[in-house]
Amino acid sequence: MTSTDSSPAAARADRPRRGHPSRGAPLPLLVPALVGLAFLLLPLLALLVRAPWRSLPSELTSPEVWQALRLSLVTATLATAVSLALGVPLAWLLARTDFPGRALVRALVTLPLVLPPVVGGVALLLALGRNGVVGQWLDAWFGITLPFTTAGVVVAEAFVAMPFLVISVEGTLRAADPRFEEAATTLGASRFTAFRRVTLPLIAPGIAAGAVLAWARALGEFGATITFAGNFPGRTQTMPLAVYLALQNDPAAAIALSLVLLVVSVAVLAGLRDRWMTTS
Amino acid sequence: MTDLTGTAGRASAQKLGAPGLDARLVVDRGAFRLDVALTAAPGEVVALLGPNGAGKTTALRALAGLTPLSDGHLRLDGTDLDRTPPECRPVGVVFQDYLLFPHLSALDNVAFGPRCRGASKADARADAASWLERMGLAEHAAARPRRLSGGQAQRVALARALAIRPRLLLLDEPLAALDARTRLEVRGRLRHHLAAFEAVAVLVTHDPLDAMVLADRLVVVEDGAVVQEGVPAEIARRPRTDYIAQLVGLNLYRGRADGHTVRLEGGPSITTADALSGPVCVAFPPGAVTLYRERPLGSSARNLWACEVAGLESHGDQLRVDLVGELPLAADLTTVAAAELDLHPGAPVWATVKAAQTHAYPA
Repeated sequence: MTSTDSSPAAARADRPRRGHPSRGAPLPLLVPALVGLAFLLLPLLALLVRAPWRSLPSELTSPEVWQALRLSLVTATLATAVSLALGVPLAWLLARTDFPGRALVRALVTLPLVLPPVVGGVALLLALGRNGVVGQWLDAWFGITLPFTTAGVVVAEAFVAMPFLVISVEGTLRAADPRFEEAATTLGASRFTAFRRVTLPLIAPGIAAGAVLAWARALGEFGATITFAGNFPGRTQTMPLAVYLALQNDPAAAIALSLVLLVVSVAVLAGLRDRWMTTS
Repeated sequence: MTDLTGTAGRASAQKLGAPGLDARLVVDRGAFRLDVALTAAPGEVVALLGPNGAGKTTALRALAGLTPLSDGHLRLDGTDLDRTPPECRPVGVVFQDYLLFPHLSALDNVAFGPRCRGASKADARADAASWLERMGLAEHAAARPRRLSGGQAQRVALARALAIRPRLLLLDEPLAALDARTRLEVRGRLRHHLAAFEAVAVLVTHDPLDAMVLADRLVVVEDGAVVQEGVPAEIARRPRTDYIAQLVGLNLYRGRADGHTVRLEGGPSITTADALSGPVCVAFPPGAVTLYRERPLGSSARNLWACEVAGLESHGDQLRVDLVGELPLAADLTTVAAAELDLHPGAPVWATVKAAQTHAYPA
């Protein structure tokens, strides 16, 4: 990202020289590779082929679609904000301090990455539901109920998305030179000031990448959301839920909604492309 | 502005509660143990000189508070600092690769310290601007570190460390990151700034030239311990270890003197001009060695040894010859002389040194 060499144009120019798939690729590797590629691309292609292009404008401007899209964007953004506020300090703790059981904590943080989201939703219900371990107190003391509310959607999405951010930011922190923090310390900065004024700006690209990943993950969240927050149009029915529901009554609408999510995903990928290319 | 405290003032300034630095740095790290006593008066520049891995940087980090002391003490101007966190110490550090904050301009890098120590944003920037001006960098105030040359970055780092008005300035290999040409110029400027600095400065280097040009006093560290300490000229004249002798380009031998003869441990004798008795060091420069292919007959030199060429290396128009045999030594001769002698590795030669060109001193 710093030098002109790593600009997208230069990266593109490099690609044929580096790749060279035709030269000497053995058939037992080439054939499954091409099948795999087709397998990944075919469904997306089918989505484009069968898209109701003519009725698309009316499908996309229907109030239901806008409601779901707006709710998705708002909740995914809020979930990302929650992930940033809690996840960046957590990543710092994992990368920069040493405490007993750190490896275990790190493993637990990454657990939601591999946990089936539905299980996450059930676990959230047991923790934050009206009769949940913590939820009963939230309800009794503050009158706060999370399940089946928009706030519940944010909680479910943040639960699933935050690990992506933590892992991304932790990796960036580990790669960043901790001696900059030491330099700041010798100039009179407390550890927090050093973090705020030196570390944070230095790892900003990593945080941005992690936030985009988390946002994309939150936008596509289905299992935990439907389990913990339900499926109420306007309140908890996000785009993925609307797609699933529409598929049963109105397949054309489902395809239109899917196209919107596909466009968003491609945009995210395009935004991250430079970063993935330069850091790998 | 320059050094007002004379050498006599320095010697008496080392008492408890006196201004300046008084430290014994002990850092235990299992296999490696650093144990170095260090004292310095205000205005004095002390160089910690030593090979890589000797513990110089560890000592510097301990002074800055970045590495905790296992034992010992650290007093600066009579105040105990061993338990003070680094951000509260009046200690400025110029790091080896400067560690300028890449996202801040030169000006904001220098303003960082004053800002952290409570100055308002405007005051800190004004202060930083005056420091940059003093360093001759006023026109680079807005530049990001990556736009600065090595020498400019070094001066910004120095300004940043000085802007917190430290009572102890630490410099870690201040010239190591520079190429040879910039080095010469930066060394001169740095010397000027260090001379103007009124508190204690400690610099770490493995380069004897940097140490001798920049420092008033050298502390040579090997394997975590001080092996020799003194003014540069004294150390250059009377090295006490092979490492220092090599640094200053001398052949060094240890032995027992009886008058003008020094018997080396398990080796031949060297006749010296100085008459001493007891354990001594004998040193002579490689340039004092004369080589012959045939045993010289009429030579007046009493120091004559049969050797064999182990290696040749050119230093400018000089040739450094490594010799093994009766007495291992280094000899310098001109390329022409080497060609006439037909020197090559494995060639047998006779080496002589005049007694008057040796220097013996108590070990």
